[in-house]
Amino acid sequence: MSLVLELLAWTLIVLGSLFCIVGGLGIVRFPDFYTRVHGAGVTDSLGATLVLSGCILEAGFGQITFKLLLVLFALLITSPTATHALVKAAYAGGLKLDIPRPETVRDPDDASAGPEVGVSLRPGLRFEDDHD
Amino acid sequence: MFVVAMVGIVITMLLALSRAVLGPSVFDRLVAVNMFGTKTVLLIVVSGFLVGRPEWIDLALLYTLVNFVGTIAVCRFVRFGNLALDTIRRGESAGGSEGGA
Repeated sequence: MSLVLELLAWTLIVLGSLFCIVGGLGIVRFPDFYTRVHGAGVTDSLGATLVLSGCILEAGFGQITFKLLLVLFALLITSPTATHALVKAAYAGGLKLDIPRPETVRDPDDASAGPEVGVSLRPGLRFEDDHD
Repeated sequence: MFVVAMVGIVITMLLALSRAVLGPSVFDRLVAVNMFGTKTVLLIVVSGFLVGRPEWIDLALLYTLVNFVGTIAVCRFVRFGNLALDTIRRGESAGGSEGGA
């Protein structure tokens, strides 16, 4: 039983650090800001959760586990909130997408486009708008 | 086991730091710094387990909260150029409506 727990903790911690490295590669290699946020989000939620879960399994039952759960809870609340606020600030600040728009995306205001089948942007989300 | 996790976390921190140095816009740097803070929390927890003093988790909890508040504050500062915009704008809009009337 102890061996199983140890093995599980090992797996969780190594997987977590692997996801951390993947997210770090993402934040370096992705082409623009809005995609880099995706890489940062992977490390914030998945990597941190896995590493802390491994530590919880390693610590056993007690005060340390409670504190680790507290850290995990705080991380899971605060880091998506911070990322969300950051992206909203960047979008409101007028940061443009850097990648080209795909051909299937139609302007939602263009009435002549008709009911074309394809990916459509959410109404009101237009990247060409300049925000004041 | 904890050494492996520490190596992975330190590599991630270096990658985030490189993005914070290179990043073309302010927001790229902000995302990288936020990620760096999260990884600091993980590093403190793991190194506490490695050294055999898991009490360092208290420090990690503190770092989590400070990182969150700091990111939000810098976001707000970059967006508005001011950390007290609400009160200023409220005063201005009140003055503007009076002038309009």
